[in-house]
Amino acid sequence: MRQDAVAARAEEGLAMLQVSGASKRFGGLQALSEVGLRIMPGQIYGLIGPNGAGKTTFFNVITGLYQPDAGRFALQGVPYTPSAPHRVAQAGIARTFQNIRLFGDMTALENVMVGRHVRTSQGVFGAVFRHRAAREEEAAIRARAKELLEFVGIGHYAGRTARHLSYGDQRRLEIARALATDPLLLALDEPAAGMNPTEKLALRELLQRIRADGRTILLIEHDVKLVMGLCDRITVLDYGKVIAEGPPAAVQSDPAVIAAYLGASH
Amino acid sequence: MNHSFAARDPRRVRAGLAALIVVMLVFPFVASQFGNSWVRIIDVALLYIMLALGLNIVVGFAGLLDLGYIAFYAIGAYTAGLFASPQFASVIESFVNTYPAIGEFLVWLCGPQIVQEGIHLSLWFIVPLSALLAGIFGVILGAPTLKLRGDYLAIVTLGFGEIIRIFLNNLNGPVNITNGPQGINMIDPVRIFGVSLAGEAGSGSTVHVLGFSLPSVNAYYFLFLVLCGLTVFISVRLQNSRLGRAWVALREDEIAAAAMGINTRNVKLLAFAMGATFGGVAGAMFAAFQGFVSPESFSLTESIAVLAMVVLGGIGHIPGVVLGGVLLAALPEVLRHAVEPLQQDLFGRVWVDAEVMRQLLYGLAMVLIMLARPAGLWPSPRPEDRPEADHPHGAESVGEVKA
Repeated sequence: MRQDAVAARAEEGLAMLQVSGASKRFGGLQALSEVGLRIMPGQIYGLIGPNGAGKTTFFNVITGLYQPDAGRFALQGVPYTPSAPHRVAQAGIARTFQNIRLFGDMTALENVMVGRHVRTSQGVFGAVFRHRAAREEEAAIRARAKELLEFVGIGHYAGRTARHLSYGDQRRLEIARALATDPLLLALDEPAAGMNPTEKLALRELLQRIRADGRTILLIEHDVKLVMGLCDRITVLDYGKVIAEGPPAAVQSDPAVIAAYLGASH
Repeated sequence: MNHSFAARDPRRVRAGLAALIVVMLVFPFVASQFGNSWVRIIDVALLYIMLALGLNIVVGFAGLLDLGYIAFYAIGAYTAGLFASPQFASVIESFVNTYPAIGEFLVWLCGPQIVQEGIHLSLWFIVPLSALLAGIFGVILGAPTLKLRGDYLAIVTLGFGEIIRIFLNNLNGPVNITNGPQGINMIDPVRIFGVSLAGEAGSGSTVHVLGFSLPSVNAYYFLFLVLCGLTVFISVRLQNSRLGRAWVALREDEIAAAAMGINTRNVKLLAFAMGATFGGVAGAMFAAFQGFVSPESFSLTESIAVLAMVVLGGIGHIPGVVLGGVLLAALPEVLRHAVEPLQQDLFGRVWVDAEVMRQLLYGLAMVLIMLARPAGLWPSPRPEDRPEADHPHGAESVGEVKA
């Protein structure tokens, strides 16, 4: 409620991520039409919808993987153009992938160290001569990466090759790698997919800790229980359109949402 | 942490390195007892190691399959050919004859000495210049391939490699720049602090340094050894850096790398440029060593040979690549020397011509290596390649799961 009041006072300025009118067409398929959402700082925001609703497409659009046909995007009130993934990461959105995309041959620690790339600057000269600034930066990268591995709870696997981690740990590693980019907004694409109930519980606890750390989270999720218990606000997509938006309880009882999920009125 | 790889114990590594350095330093003096050609083989092998290490940055680290890599070797070699030989005098003369206006301008610009004798830059200019030019060409040839991957990238780079060679072959008209198929002759030997590594005229290819005298091939051996050492050093430093990690990330998953904020375009171009730089320096050294360059030294076969060194040695693993370079560069030459005497000893006559036998054995060796060691002779050590029993989550470790 408090956040809503804050939002009402400062229309544009305070939203962590504000998207309006995002559209994307693939050939004859309108994958997204005029999708908008508004995520306030510190929120865990849920994006749900049946299969093929356009959730991942929306993710790919805001993170620069797909070029939107239309739409306005602003991060902390500053407009950004999601024209290339690395620019979006630079601007402050880090993401994970629905089907995990780790750097399989690198160790867990190295994976997270790659995440620091965007916030560090040493190039060829620093690499070859290893002058003081380069050594310090490298040490800072390593320390931060270790810290993040500890934070997500897989610090003891730092030296293990990413592809040899268990599924749940690979998910955690992906989150740690995303956090290494110091994101304003952490965007997670189905982080609980394929997890067992124990792992889900641990994930939920992890997401709450990430939020307590002052980050904002955007979450695509199928697991309704997880979403309802965790998210502050939810947007429901169906056929590329927003069909409902609001706090979990209100969305849950929205007839349009029920229809979309159960297919009642179709 | 890394028990499975005891050889990584730093003391043993250091002892091994020290032993290797001693062997490398003593080698030419022992080998030249059996004839300078053995040292010469290793000289060439050292050049190939530099090439293989350069290609390893592109193919091994960044995972960009480049089949035209020899083009950068060619660019380095022709840089030395143009700027350290009488060739530039012919270039100016050819301009004067064909385009007098440009010719006059060049004559005015260069002055009478260059018009007479060509440009003769010293090693200290040739090495950075060839590195720079090759690096620039690396970026120019890399830029159009940025969106390509795998087979498509291989085909386009193959085309670029051929284009460079064909240019060199045909740039003798309308103005003569590269001297066409005849190549550039009389390239200056390397001269360090006034000492020519080819030996002074009339010395019978013997170099005199500080009271010592050693054969020219041995002098080059040490120069190439230093350059190789430098190449290894730079490669290792790059690999263990922010940039090296970005290259490997790019190789492992380009989309994830971009999502982590890596500017894939710049990082790829940098890989091409760095790789090309090594190739350019190796090329300049090759030109100075041979005293002669022609386009036929830079055919597709050469690109493939260098790629084979990288792959057979152990793609992405620096010691492996060095090993691959030594073996594949030296093996054919050793076979050339050994095949006929061996047959003579065994059968009393020569059954198979050395050249034929050499190719056969070379091919056979490649097939056998790939069958027995598909990851290369000396692949990168992985912390654990087997599932471990102590893993709390059991054995269901999965790489990629479709959700």
